[in-house]
Amino acid sequence: MPGKRTPSNSGEGLTSDGGRHPFLLTKLDHLIAWSQKNSLWPFGSGLACCAIEMIATAAARFDISRFGMELFRASPRQADLFIVAGTVTNKMAPVIRRLWEQMADPKWVVAMGNCAVSGGPFPTYSVLQGVDNVIPVDVYIAGCPPTPQGLLHGLLTLQEKIARSHPTKAIFNADARRID
Amino acid sequence: MAFKEIELNMGPQHPSTHGVLRLKLRVDNEVVLGIEPVIGYLHRGMEKLWENLTYTQIVPLTDRLDYLAAVSNNFAFVLAVEKLMGLEIPQRGQYIRVILAELQRLASHLAWVGFMANDVGAMSVLLYSFEIREDILDIFESYAGGRLTVHGIRLGGVPFDLDGEIIAMIRKALADIPRKVRDIEGLLNENRIWKHRTEGVGIISAEQALELGLTGPALRASGIPWDMRKDVPYSSYQDFVFDVPVQSGSDVDDRYLVRMEEIRQSIRIVTQALDRLPPGEFLAKIPRSPKIPPGEVFHSIEAPKGELGFYIKSNGTDKPERVKMKSPSFINLQSLELMCKGNLFSDVVGILGSLDIVLGEIDK
Amino acid sequence: MLEELTDVPVLNKAYQSLEEIFGDFLLGATFEKKELSVRIKKDGLLSILRYLKSTVGFNALSDIIGLDNLRLGAEGAKRFSLLYQLYAFPGFVRIRLVLDVDENEPVPSVVPVFRSANWAEREIYDMFGIRFAGHPDLRRIYMPEEYEGHPLRKDFPLEGPNDGV
Repeated sequence: MPGKRTPSNSGEGLTSDGGRHPFLLTKLDHLIAWSQKNSLWPFGSGLACCAIEMIATAAARFDISRFGMELFRASPRQADLFIVAGTVTNKMAPVIRRLWEQMADPKWVVAMGNCAVSGGPFPTYSVLQGVDNVIPVDVYIAGCPPTPQGLLHGLLTLQEKIARSHPTKAIFNADARRID
Repeated sequence: MAFKEIELNMGPQHPSTHGVLRLKLRVDNEVVLGIEPVIGYLHRGMEKLWENLTYTQIVPLTDRLDYLAAVSNNFAFVLAVEKLMGLEIPQRGQYIRVILAELQRLASHLAWVGFMANDVGAMSVLLYSFEIREDILDIFESYAGGRLTVHGIRLGGVPFDLDGEIIAMIRKALADIPRKVRDIEGLLNENRIWKHRTEGVGIISAEQALELGLTGPALRASGIPWDMRKDVPYSSYQDFVFDVPVQSGSDVDDRYLVRMEEIRQSIRIVTQALDRLPPGEFLAKIPRSPKIPPGEVFHSIEAPKGELGFYIKSNGTDKPERVKMKSPSFINLQSLELMCKGNLFSDVVGILGSLDIVLGEIDK
Repeated sequence: MLEELTDVPVLNKAYQSLEEIFGDFLLGATFEKKELSVRIKKDGLLSILRYLKSTVGFNALSDIIGLDNLRLGAEGAKRFSLLYQLYAFPGFVRIRLVLDVDENEPVPSVVPVFRSANWAEREIYDMFGIRFAGHPDLRRIYMPEEYEGHPLRKDFPLEGPNDGV
C-alpha cells in the first residue's frame, strides 16, 4: 500500500529540497509512483541475443506479467519502458534515439546485457560502446545474456527507483525533470 | 483500380522481423511487387575482431552469431579448426557433441515454431514452445552453465562429461517432449486458419532454390534431400540411423512440416547416442592456445538454419589470419524476394518466418 | 601434368578436364587437408565456373571469400585474393578456385552463373573495396551507404578510423 513507511520513501534526506515537500503531495507521489511501477508497459527493443532472454522472461516459466509488465507494446508511443536488449551498432543508434524520442513522458530506459551497457565483447568499428551514448539509462543490467532472473532483478530495481521518485514535481512544475 | 505502387518500410524495429531487419517493400494495393532487405543493423565486426583473438578465445564469441542455436556455431568452428590441425577427437567426445548439437537443434526448432505461430497469430503456441524449450535450456545450464550462449563444444572435444544426473535429465526430456510437441501439432496441423495462411504461400521451385543457394529445411521442403549430416558426415553422424524429412510442395506449410519432423528425428538421434555412449576420454589433449601452422580449410555442417561453414586461414601463430563464416541465413534471405512476389502483403510476415533467419548470423 | 593430385577420383577427373580445356588459365593446384585448391587467372573465371557448374556438377556456390594479403609480405604478390568455394550436390565434393587481384582491379561478377553470389560480392565490396564488373547492384551491404573505408582490410584499425567514435 502506498502509505507504507520505509526508509526509501520517507521523503527525508533523499530529495534535493531536504524533505520540505508538502505532505499531501508526498502521499500523491506514493500513489502515482506505485501505479506507475506496477504497470510498466515495456517497449521491447530486441536487437540480439538478449532479446531471446527477454522473450523467455515474458514466457510461461518466468512470467513477467506477475510484475505488471506483460503487455509488450510494438509501438513506442504506447510504451513507457524501453528495454534495450542487445548490441547497438552505429547504424542502429539514430533509430534507437528516434524511438526513444517518440515515447511519451514519463519513460524509463533499461540497458539489458553487456552490449547495451558498454559495448560488450565487441570493441569494434561498428558497435556503439554503450547505449547511454545516445539515450539516458536508468538501470544497467549486466550479463551476456543476463538470465531471466537477472532481468527480473533489474526490473525490480527499476521499480524501487520509481517508488523513490516524485512524479508530482514534474506535474506541478513543468520545468522540473524526472527526479529520482 | 488504377495501378498505384507504394513503397513501404518495415523495420528495422518491428515486432515480426526476427531482429533488426529492414524490408523495403513495393506493393500494388495488397500485392507485393518487390522486396529489398536492408541489413547491417547488427553488424558487430566479428570477422575483424576474430583476427585479433586466439582460436580458443573465438569459440565463445561464435555463440553470439546464431543465438538461437549457439552450440551449432561452436561445433562448426571447432570442427574447422580441428580439420586444420589434423586433430582426432575421442569417440566419447564425438558422441557427446552429437547429443549437444541435436538438443540444440530441438531448442532452435521449438523457438522457431513459437515465433512462426506468433507471427501468424497463434500466440499460445509461443508460450507452449518456450515452456518445452526451457527443459532443454535447463539441461544446458546444468551442463555448461549457460542457457542461451552455451559454449558447450570446445576445441578438442567437450568441456565436461555427461554424468548420471544430466543423462537422467536428458532422458526425462526425451520422454516428455514428443507428447508436448504433439500438443503443438494438434493446435496447428489441421487448423483451418493455419492452413489458409500457409498453404500455397511462398512457393519456390527446386531449381530456383538451388540456384539461389538456399540450404536447410527450406530447401528440403522443396524436394531436395540435402543434409550435410548424411552427405558429408562429421563427428560420427554416420553411426546413427535417422531420416531426412523432405517435402515437395515448398510452401510455408511444408517448411513447418519438415521442421516438426526434424524434431522427432533429433530425439531419435539423441536416444541412440545415449544408449551407445562409448567409454573413454571426451577431450583431446591440446595446448590451451594452440599455434597452428599455415594452411587453410573450409568446413561446413548442418546447422538448424542450413549449411553453416567456416573458412579459416592460419599463419603459424595462435591467432588466425582470416576467418570467414558462411552463414545460411545470409544466403537464405536472398530468396525472400522471389518467394514473396505476387503474394499478398500480409503473407510477407509468414514467409519471412518460415525462412527462419537470425540477424546475428546474417550481420555477423 | 596429369599425375594423380588427390585421392578422390571425382576431383581428379574434374581437375584433369580443367587442365585439358582451360590449361592456359590455370596457375597451379594444391591438395592439402583433403581440399583441392586451383589457382586461376581472372579471364577464365566465368567460363571455368560455367563449365564446372554445368558439366562437372558443381552446382552450388557455398561462399566467396575475400583475403587481404598485405601482412603476408610475399614479393610481387597481389593485394587481394578471392576464393570461390564450390560444392557438388549430389556428388558431395568441394573445390576451391583462387583468384588474385590487385587493389583497383575490377573482377567479373559471377552473378550470371550463380545467383547466390549477389550478396556475397556486395559484402566483399563493402569489406575490401574490390569492385565487381557487371554486378546488378553493387553497393554496401553492412556499413551505411555513406561510410568511408573498407573495414576488413588489414590497415583498417579494429576500433575504427576515429579511434572509436
